[in-house]
Amino acid sequence: MRNFAGACALVLGVACTIAAAPVAAQQAQPLPPGHPLIGQPETAEAKKLAPVAPPPIPTAADKLPLDKLKVPAGYKLETFMAGVPNARTLRLGDKGTVFVSSRLQDKIHAIVEKNGKRELKVVASGLHRPNGIALHKGTLYIAELSQISKIEKIEDVLDNPPKPTVILADLPKDEAHGWKTLTVGPDEKLYFQVGAPCNICMPPERNAKIYRVGLDGKGLEVYASGIRQIVGMDWHPVTKQLYFSENSRDWLSEDIPEDKLNRVTQPGKDNFGFPYCHQGNFTDPEFGWGRKCNEFTKPIGLLGPHTAALGMRFYTGNQFPADTRGQIFLARHGSWNRSVKLGGDVVLIKLKPDGTMASLTPFVTGFIQNNNYVGRPVDVLIMKDGSMLISDDFNGAVYRLSYGAGRVAGR
Amino acid sequence: MPSRLSPRRALACLGLVLGLVAQPLPTRGQTVEKRFETCIVCHGPNGQSQIPEIPSLGGQTAPYALIQLFMFRGKLRHFEPMNEAVKDFTDDDLRTFSDYIAKLPPPQPPQDGDPTRLAVGRALVQKFRCDFCHAGNLAGRDNVPRIAGQREDFLLKTLREYKANVRSGYDASMADVLVPISDQELADIAYYSSRQP
Repeated sequence: MRNFAGACALVLGVACTIAAAPVAAQQAQPLPPGHPLIGQPETAEAKKLAPVAPPPIPTAADKLPLDKLKVPAGYKLETFMAGVPNARTLRLGDKGTVFVSSRLQDKIHAIVEKNGKRELKVVASGLHRPNGIALHKGTLYIAELSQISKIEKIEDVLDNPPKPTVILADLPKDEAHGWKTLTVGPDEKLYFQVGAPCNICMPPERNAKIYRVGLDGKGLEVYASGIRQIVGMDWHPVTKQLYFSENSRDWLSEDIPEDKLNRVTQPGKDNFGFPYCHQGNFTDPEFGWGRKCNEFTKPIGLLGPHTAALGMRFYTGNQFPADTRGQIFLARHGSWNRSVKLGGDVVLIKLKPDGTMASLTPFVTGFIQNNNYVGRPVDVLIMKDGSMLISDDFNGAVYRLSYGAGRVAGR
Repeated sequence: MPSRLSPRRALACLGLVLGLVAQPLPTRGQTVEKRFETCIVCHGPNGQSQIPEIPSLGGQTAPYALIQLFMFRGKLRHFEPMNEAVKDFTDDDLRTFSDYIAKLPPPQPPQDGDPTRLAVGRALVQKFRCDFCHAGNLAGRDNVPRIAGQREDFLLKTLREYKANVRSGYDASMADVLVPISDQELADIAYYSSRQP
């Protein structure tokens, strides 16, 4: 093998590369632990699949795919703001400012209304993977890859915001699944996750967990464990339990495992199974030997294979029909590890009286056209008037979904 | 074979890098060919670099080039001469230059490869699946860059920067895959990749 390759390279560089390819396919070498391509089969179809990077420049307002996006009868979808680079997490300030995070770029933006016109402002920059943001009592909290910081009275200083003050530093620096989701609980503590630094691996001690910490950055403790990666959390409006979406592993199959909807009922104790058990009902082909799925907290719903279930909120507004109240809207970013793309929509998840999932219905659809993305929804935000904003990191845009009379309020 | 590095060109580039000479920023209203003349001071005629640790641009994929120019403009990637050169670029400028770069001929690799070391490098490229994202011939695809024929010193510098988290990619992929790869292996991968057509 070595001799063949060497001689070949010496004589004919081009022919060598081509001729050597099938040889490589036959002798699959073991990948190092944690490598993102572990489990990827040596087939031509599998090799076509790779994560889809969004364009860095936002789509112009008149080129947004609104004509392709479908909403249920009585609803209206319109552009709330174009030109928001890599728009990710959405949060609402007490004074009506909409804050938008980014995962791949370095800025947090604010969308403000001024004299009936919306403007985009940069409120923080030079950040590293600032995906997670939360608002609480006027303070903006920012979760970067390995630290959490804050800007107090953010809506009073939008024109000249100070640099964020770090309240919690030295979180793991893994880039893989290092971006965070951040939320403030009913106990006025910050909740965030440290994801698994891999597609599938035995995670280091500090990884694959949900943590909570005081608003001052003190009292860090584990809230739940056995999670792979989370990009959406919200609190049940009545039971005050933490619900979160979890992205499951890749390269196992086109159709399994499905992403999960989880609920924490035993704070500090719940273990959701990663890397041993997937979707609550089958063990991992490598790490699952000797384990049983009933050792772990089961999901309360399955959200589709590879669909990348991300941001979620309980609908607490008054504008949409009554059967959506207290139910969950969730953005499915859409798959990459699947030949036929799946997800790429905002779904309505209805719950049973016991708080587990009863049904899942695609609600805003059309982000996938001919197996290609024309947009990718990331997060949803319920506005004070009951309308709902949707972020799209592929186009760098925020849309507004409204219903009935609420449609008049939009522009 | 790449032409030899002329001392005059190296000096001109050094001037740009150190900010010693007035930087002839490309002016709008000129053809992209004309505006690209500033770039070739360092990146070489036709985008084939003859200066250590300055990358060749020819044949780079347009989506990757666009992301890098965008990152230089927004100072998400730090190299002052580049941050300066593109700071006033419009989105259209970024697209024009990345499309132009993609149409330049790919760099000509050196033909001095040691067969044993090439075989070692090739085995590592396969072992770590570099050829999965960068394509079988390492010519790149979409937002994943061409590394075939890229300068060896630039590849090694870049791999070390990714591994040390000194350089952040637009996404996390490179930091992710480099964790288990040793410095000697990085050198062998750079050696092999730089000698691919």
